[in-house]
Amino acid sequence: MTRRVAIRNHSAEANLFARRTFIAFCIVVLVLLILLGNVFTLQVESFEKYQTRSNSNRIKLLPVAPNRGLIYDRNGVLLADNKPVYSLEVIAEDVDDIEESVAQVSQLLNISKERQSKFFKRMKRKRRFKPVELHTRLSDQQVALFSVNQHKFPGIFVNARLKRYYPFSDLTTHNLGYVARINRKDANKLEQEGKSENYAATYGIGRLGIERYYEDMLHGSIGHQEVEINNQGRVIRTLNYTPPLPGKDLTLTLDIELQMIAKRALSGKRGAIVAMDPRTGGILAMYSNPSYDGNLFVHGISSKNYKKLLESKDLPLINRSVQGYPPASTVKPFLALTGLEENIITPTTIVNDPGWYQLKGLPNKYRDWLPWGHGKVNLRKAIEQSCNIYFYDLAFKLGITKISTMMERFGFGERTGLDIHEESKGIMPSVAWKRARYNKSWYTGETLSVGIGQSYWTVTPLQLTQALTTLVNRGERKIPHLLKANSELIIESSGNAYHQITPTVYEPQAPLKLKNDEHWNVVLDAMHSTVQTVGATAHAAFKGAKYDASGKTGSAQVARRKQGEKYDAKTTSENKRDNAMFIAFAPFEKPEIVVAVAIENVEKGGGGTNAAPVARQIMDQYFGDRVITSHRHRFIKQPNSASTHQAREAE
Amino acid sequence: MRSTGQDQQKVRTLWQRLHLDIPLLLGILTLLALGLFLVYSAGGQETGVVIRKARSIGVALLGMFIVAQIPPLAYRKWAVPVFILGLLMLVSVLLFGHVGKGAQRWLDLGFIKFQPSEIMKLIVPIMIAWFVSQENLPVKISTVVLAFILVLLPTLLIAKQPDLGTSLLIASSGIFVIFLAGASWRLIMVCVGLASAFVPILWMFLMKPYQKQRVMTFLNPEQDPLGSGYHIIQSKIAIGSGGINGKGWLQGTQSQLEFLPERHTDFIFSVFSEEFGLIGVAALLAVYLFVVMRGLWIAVNAQHAFTKLLAGSLTLTFFVYVFVNIGMVSGLLPVVGVPLPLVSYGGTSMVTLMLGFGILMAISTHRRFHV
Repeated sequence: MTRRVAIRNHSAEANLFARRTFIAFCIVVLVLLILLGNVFTLQVESFEKYQTRSNSNRIKLLPVAPNRGLIYDRNGVLLADNKPVYSLEVIAEDVDDIEESVAQVSQLLNISKERQSKFFKRMKRKRRFKPVELHTRLSDQQVALFSVNQHKFPGIFVNARLKRYYPFSDLTTHNLGYVARINRKDANKLEQEGKSENYAATYGIGRLGIERYYEDMLHGSIGHQEVEINNQGRVIRTLNYTPPLPGKDLTLTLDIELQMIAKRALSGKRGAIVAMDPRTGGILAMYSNPSYDGNLFVHGISSKNYKKLLESKDLPLINRSVQGYPPASTVKPFLALTGLEENIITPTTIVNDPGWYQLKGLPNKYRDWLPWGHGKVNLRKAIEQSCNIYFYDLAFKLGITKISTMMERFGFGERTGLDIHEESKGIMPSVAWKRARYNKSWYTGETLSVGIGQSYWTVTPLQLTQALTTLVNRGERKIPHLLKANSELIIESSGNAYHQITPTVYEPQAPLKLKNDEHWNVVLDAMHSTVQTVGATAHAAFKGAKYDASGKTGSAQVARRKQGEKYDAKTTSENKRDNAMFIAFAPFEKPEIVVAVAIENVEKGGGGTNAAPVARQIMDQYFGDRVITSHRHRFIKQPNSASTHQAREAE
Repeated sequence: MRSTGQDQQKVRTLWQRLHLDIPLLLGILTLLALGLFLVYSAGGQETGVVIRKARSIGVALLGMFIVAQIPPLAYRKWAVPVFILGLLMLVSVLLFGHVGKGAQRWLDLGFIKFQPSEIMKLIVPIMIAWFVSQENLPVKISTVVLAFILVLLPTLLIAKQPDLGTSLLIASSGIFVIFLAGASWRLIMVCVGLASAFVPILWMFLMKPYQKQRVMTFLNPEQDPLGSGYHIIQSKIAIGSGGINGKGWLQGTQSQLEFLPERHTDFIFSVFSEEFGLIGVAALLAVYLFVVMRGLWIAVNAQHAFTKLLAGSLTLTFFVYVFVNIGMVSGLLPVVGVPLPLVSYGGTSMVTLMLGFGILMAISTHRRFHV
């Protein structure tokens, strides 16, 4: 420092530098505090926000579909099952040479070129670590063959999914309906009802019958798998698992054995049978022939098969148990009851039947089915012999309004409330109905036709069983139903799980009250003697039955005939032949079963010869006349007839 | 003074003979070690990345040690020719350079590929420190203007590559020299004013579309959360979700599940914040502060204007790395591609930084020989 001080002042320079350095240092500290303050804001003040965003980055909820509830018949026979369906899947990134491997496995399992090219198309759209289906329905042999050779195909595996399966196929389709893949329309509806979240992982939805009606019960609640994913969406690990709650199992009132008898009795015919327990309204059997296999729809029916069903002349897709038929003479007991109630007739009123009926001043002759007539008939004989003249006269005296009012009280023209959605209302004609439907006034001649269950009148076999139930119960009405009970899996917080069975409770209905309760007995007695009196219309069919049956026949004219035209089934084209109808109940005291049968376009004869024997077969089965079927040994223990009776009374 | 110097010379320790500054070295080693742990975590827990990082640490430490042996005043002789050579290399990069990641940064000399801009990070402060220390301090205005031009030349050449991060670092290294040399406050104000006026020019004529996009993204990252805003959003989520205590080493979901981009390079601070939380961040900043304090202490105690200015500039530039990197990953600054010094994976910038620390150690330990 002794020299060149004048030129260079080191001390001054050092001071200047130190000052500037100090300022710089202060700025450094300030900047660090700003950085720290910013990180503090992120990590402390906004911590929750960023923690949530971090979790939503990495945590994903994968929906897990609940198992659909099973459906059983009244005796515990499984009617709707969930069966594993095996698919062959490929994870591209785990396969070394994908084309070679797919070619080899396709050769081994005989997978078509078409499936292979579809697979490669799908694969291009998917991420490399996501499975892609090569085959969606492997046969058991294919599964077995692949399992043995699996070690040769890393990255290719068999996956099992549960799909609906109906072991009795066409026997139950009209009642159960089926489950089909959720389509856009279903999805929109679920969205509207706010259920789409619960269906996130679900494949199918009930499309008809019980499957549709009780969809909410059968479906169950969705479960969730909480997984951690990386930025590509690959699942790293499972963090949490909320199991789905399976749907409720349903027990139906149906008896699959009766159902089988119904099918056998109707084989080769178009028609329907409904059997019901009048004490409860529970449907014991309900079968419409021909039917179709609901399983076809579970996997998505091919357009060829669907076209075949749609275009079949026998209309297998229609559930005839709930479609309207002209009731014909089967409604005569109900009309007789109306006559008694309205004091038009008494049990002893006599009507002369010369074989025809004519209204005063009109040229038309209304004929009896017996050309020479039944002579003098009272109420009992009119029902026993199904005398048309008696009921023309009765109908004329009652008038359409009194008839339709009373018939509506029996439920004709209204849905019965059965627990499927496909039910038709039928038609109970009235003055107002005709005005609304055709804008025409009512003709007296039409009233006469209504008197023998013709004209515009149509009823469903189900409505007949319901009306007959009201009749045999002397006014006590029941809602026909298929659901007997449901069984729900309850999981307690302690981990205990059990099935809670809830029998379905049906609201009691307001009874149909008559002015004179004796009228019930008059009509029921007449139905009894229709079966039990030698020579009566339904006697032959129930000859030798071990139970005390009662019933009423009917033969419905399908095509309009000209005045005086003679009907001969042989010369009439098949689809214009008469329908055979029959209703029955047994035993006469304390009835346990009511049956309605409708058979279309019978070759010869009427309800007594065609439909009554069918009802007989159902009742024989019900009352314990053993019928051995090929399915039988698989699921039914052979009870003696006494215990069968007890079991049936248990409902 | 000379006698005390001789006394000091007598008690020179082993470290001083080796020309190593122990406090500085400890700070550096702490950061390097932390870098190894973080690169392991951010790189998918693979040892390969860690080994490569360890290897370049070895090279960098060796480079630092060699540079520390060179008496710092010797640089003065070479400042001008090396600066001119550096400028020529930058020009040739623009003319013949190797293109990588959309920018021309690399020069291929046949046997070695290197980034001239990296070496300029050392050459520019040396050049400016030499230029300014020719005269008495505080600097005159004319000197400042000339120094500015000297800084501006390499800055613009590098910005043209384009490498905004490096040109920013080089510009600051020169400006720090001028500031420490005592440029008058009035002048500083004028410069700040000019710089602000320069911003629109920069925006309109010099910045490439992707750089503009970065700035737009910085201003509003949520505008395009899956596109250009993705990096910064994921980074803020990583930092924020770390909380006070952090998720723990190797437990950061943002980094381990690869939501965070550029995890082991530019965004390693986000990995650190996620896994070690606010406490870790405070500790890390403390280490950086310690290194900066030691560097400034060396500068203040340097015995020549040239070494003072050089040491001060190198130290403050090191801090600019810290500020810009942390600022950008935590959303305070636009993303400009500056690594977290000594911690980020990436050999080139670390070697340059370590050579700079070598110079600092030389300044700290070669005292008394040239006065």
